[in-house]
Amino acid sequence: MTPDDKRSYRPEGMADDAALLDESSSDPASDKSESGSATGTTARGNKPPRRAVSDIGFVGMLRFIWRQLTSMRVALLLLMLLAAAAIPGSIIPQRSADPRGYADYIAQYPERVEWFNKLQLFDVYTSVWFSAIYILLFISLIGCILPRTKVHLRALRAEPPRTPRNFDRLPAHHRIDLGAAGEAGQVSVAATGADPDGPSTAQENSSLKPSQPAARADSSAKFIAQGVRYLRGGWLRRYRVVTETEPSGAQVIRAERGYARETGNLLFHIALVGLLLSVAAGHLLHYRGQVILVQGRGFANAQVDYNTFEAGAWFDPQDLHPFRMTLDQFDAQFRLHDAAAQDFTAFVTIDDDGQTSQETIKVNHPLEIGGAKIYLQGNGYAPVVTVTDAAGEVALSGPVPFIPDDQVYTSQGTIKVPDVTSGEQFGLVGYLLPTADQPAPNTWRSIYPEPLDPMLVLTLWHGDLGLDEGIPQNVYRLDTSRMTQVTDGDDAVTIVLRVGESIDLPEGLGTLAFEGLDRYVALDLRHDPSLAYVLISSVAAMVGLAMSLFIPRRRMWLRVRDGVVEAGGLAKTDDFGLERAVRSLAEAAAYGQPLDDRDSDTVTSD
Amino acid sequence: MNAAQISDILTWGTATAYLIAMVAFTINLVTGRGVVASEDEPDEDAAASEQRSQRRRQKSLGIAKSVLILGVLVHIAAVVLRGFAAQRAPWANMYEFTVVGSLVAVLVFVIVAMRRKVWFLGAPVTGVATAAIVLGLTQLHVVADGVQPALQSYWLVLHVGVAVGGTGVFTVGMLFTVLQLLRDSYDNGSTLLRGEGAAGRGKPILKTRLLNLRWLESLPRASTLEVLSFRVNSVAFVLWTFTLISGAIWAEDAWGRFWGWDPKEVWSFVVWIVYAAYLHARATQRWTGRRAGYLVLVGYACVLFNFTGVNLIFNGKHSYSGV
Ligand code: HEM
Repeated sequence: MTPDDKRSYRPEGMADDAALLDESSSDPASDKSESGSATGTTARGNKPPRRAVSDIGFVGMLRFIWRQLTSMRVALLLLMLLAAAAIPGSIIPQRSADPRGYADYIAQYPERVEWFNKLQLFDVYTSVWFSAIYILLFISLIGCILPRTKVHLRALRAEPPRTPRNFDRLPAHHRIDLGAAGEAGQVSVAATGADPDGPSTAQENSSLKPSQPAARADSSAKFIAQGVRYLRGGWLRRYRVVTETEPSGAQVIRAERGYARETGNLLFHIALVGLLLSVAAGHLLHYRGQVILVQGRGFANAQVDYNTFEAGAWFDPQDLHPFRMTLDQFDAQFRLHDAAAQDFTAFVTIDDDGQTSQETIKVNHPLEIGGAKIYLQGNGYAPVVTVTDAAGEVALSGPVPFIPDDQVYTSQGTIKVPDVTSGEQFGLVGYLLPTADQPAPNTWRSIYPEPLDPMLVLTLWHGDLGLDEGIPQNVYRLDTSRMTQVTDGDDAVTIVLRVGESIDLPEGLGTLAFEGLDRYVALDLRHDPSLAYVLISSVAAMVGLAMSLFIPRRRMWLRVRDGVVEAGGLAKTDDFGLERAVRSLAEAAAYGQPLDDRDSDTVTSD
Repeated sequence: MNAAQISDILTWGTATAYLIAMVAFTINLVTGRGVVASEDEPDEDAAASEQRSQRRRQKSLGIAKSVLILGVLVHIAAVVLRGFAAQRAPWANMYEFTVVGSLVAVLVFVIVAMRRKVWFLGAPVTGVATAAIVLGLTQLHVVADGVQPALQSYWLVLHVGVAVGGTGVFTVGMLFTVLQLLRDSYDNGSTLLRGEGAAGRGKPILKTRLLNLRWLESLPRASTLEVLSFRVNSVAFVLWTFTLISGAIWAEDAWGRFWGWDPKEVWSFVVWIVYAAYLHARATQRWTGRRAGYLVLVGYACVLFNFTGVNLIFNGKHSYSGV
């Protein structure tokens, strides 16, 4: 996308000066029709001669690669590739975005795991191939921004270009023949539209009167002054204006506006680079942890207190702002007739360096402390149980979080009892039903998410829990590979327990008491110092985008000679308003103000 | 009868009005210049029939416009009532999205048509709107209701509102492109579109005379249609950019990360990239015209898939479709 490579890229809104000033070169009007062409056949035929790669040397080779990479064609190709490369990640469950889906998928298609892993299909967005595409794209982008910024900075200081000799060749021009100086009574208008589908203007007959030269020079100055006033009036009509007298004695105005179009375009592209850099910085500096907090319990912001913790390469444990948090209460509201969730609120007490405060955390309303945000990601019930082992010693006592499975909080969980003083380890696995209902013998279900009649429905396993090898285990699943289920004949023994009840476990394993039900919340703590920059970059990109799409870039000229006021205009991109703007300029110069009082310079370049 | 039921009835009424408007717009299109002037008619008759068809054109356009405006009013009433019934912004599930999206498309069309006299787009726009509304009512309809805690945020109004708007505007842009491509093929001598069937390697493949699109001649040139499509699509692209940004801001608050490559995020990104490619393609000389038009079709297909496929097939965080 280097500016000297015009064939592959013509920056939008940047008139290509050579074509315009050198009148003998291409017709400037043709540039306009090209950008709006629907046939694709208007591309100029003369391709630049292709040099063979072999005889340009190493530096030449590098330059060749750079040229290719920064050409619009390659950028387009990379864009399309990026779109295509993003798609597999929406079809194949991604390890990081959808861990559950990923686990299900590898269980279902074990034979695919190996080569999917090789192709990084479970990590598409961090894969080598995906990264390669966007890194190349950003190199291409930078290669496009740099030279264009240089050109644009020069253009910002430059004067509006020379006045074309013949306005007829411009896509829009308008001529008002005032006859004798200032006598606006006899007017002849001739105009052609840039758009052949637009209204055609008839040519009126003119009746020129002889005029006096002195008066003419006076009125010429007046016309010019009026034209300049028009071009500078209104905040959207800030043309850069230069006036001069041509050798022929004609007075002209040259004017240009819409530099902000290219400014916006550059802003957009630079902001995209900013976005990439901020996201990358965020990856390196962020941390994220999950913690499950049971009502009444506390938590300290230290790595060890998290259930899971993950951080970027440049993360420093010192960044963890030391605070303590206690979950005082958790409120959930459900609608009676269909159990739809209405509202969740966690009430917490924060102890930040000795200063305590009461706060709330809600869905959509994370709590911010010391640069980190705390999100309410989930909630559920933790039955409070006491388990004694065969020897009658308390082996486990406290709340055990169960994971809700559905809208009525049918929750799954395990109670693992590894620390037995004698006998085998054992575990219970099953469901918690907040409001139990028994539709049929031996069948229970939950009918409401609130704990109106909580019940535990469990089966019992004994053997080796597999916890001693130090292999991380899912706390919510029971690894039954080395355990046997306690059965009664052919059927597994089902233990059904209401709050306040206690039961002797079969085979003399011990006792289980269901003492109460606590609520817990799943909190996500995250710190990403780059967020503000990500936001600023994206908003800047959007603003730049709107500027570069909706600000028309126009060049206008006005020539006054012998009582004839003639205006011409050129726009590099499709510009519906050009014709009217040119007419308005001519009229403003001739009569002091446009006849049609609708302002032609709306932002949308109407 | 409650507000939600009245809203449903009004929505059916809207579809009916659009259907009638579509018929009138179609009559207006096909009684255009190119179609009536047949050569073997005597001269006086030709003049008379020209006059007659001119009158018919005027009349059908008048009818089409009035029925369309009526439809729009009923449409607005239906949407507002839906909002009342659900006590929130009426665009939180696929049904509402379809209904509001068609409203935006029709409104954008009316605004553009009033300023640029592109009433020829009326037939496709009302056709698409009718189809979308009927599909919504029969396939996607859900009872008006509040939303779950994750959606209780003013971002529902902004993010989804702009997404609906963007989709509606993209639809209008896509229709301009379809007409542009048709007109371009017609001008370049497509025999199929001239009712002469299609031939390949000298042999006729398709002998249909049904497809005689002579009315295309009364449309603006392909290049003008392309510019119109570009204008509309660039507005939609800015709206889409805002959809992505607002979605990310919301996701940061609701899900604890601003971007996580959830299927909806992936496809919104794909849509964005394809339209970005389209805008860039237009700026290069070799990709203007037809090819840029194809990119619009690809982009719009992605918009549609993002709305239907991603909501119904994939299982992501964005499963708010209610179906
Ligand atoms: C980066 C993040 C996000 C992106 C890129 C995104 C993108 C989109 C897009 C393109 C739509 C258009 C409609 C469609 O195709 O279904 C949409 C609709 C919607 N978005 Fe988002 N969104 C994001 C985050 C969010 C968040 C955080 C929420 C709420 C918690 C949300 C809620 C919705 C809803 C309710 C709809 C309408 C759903 C429907 O019609 O089925 N979005 N989003």
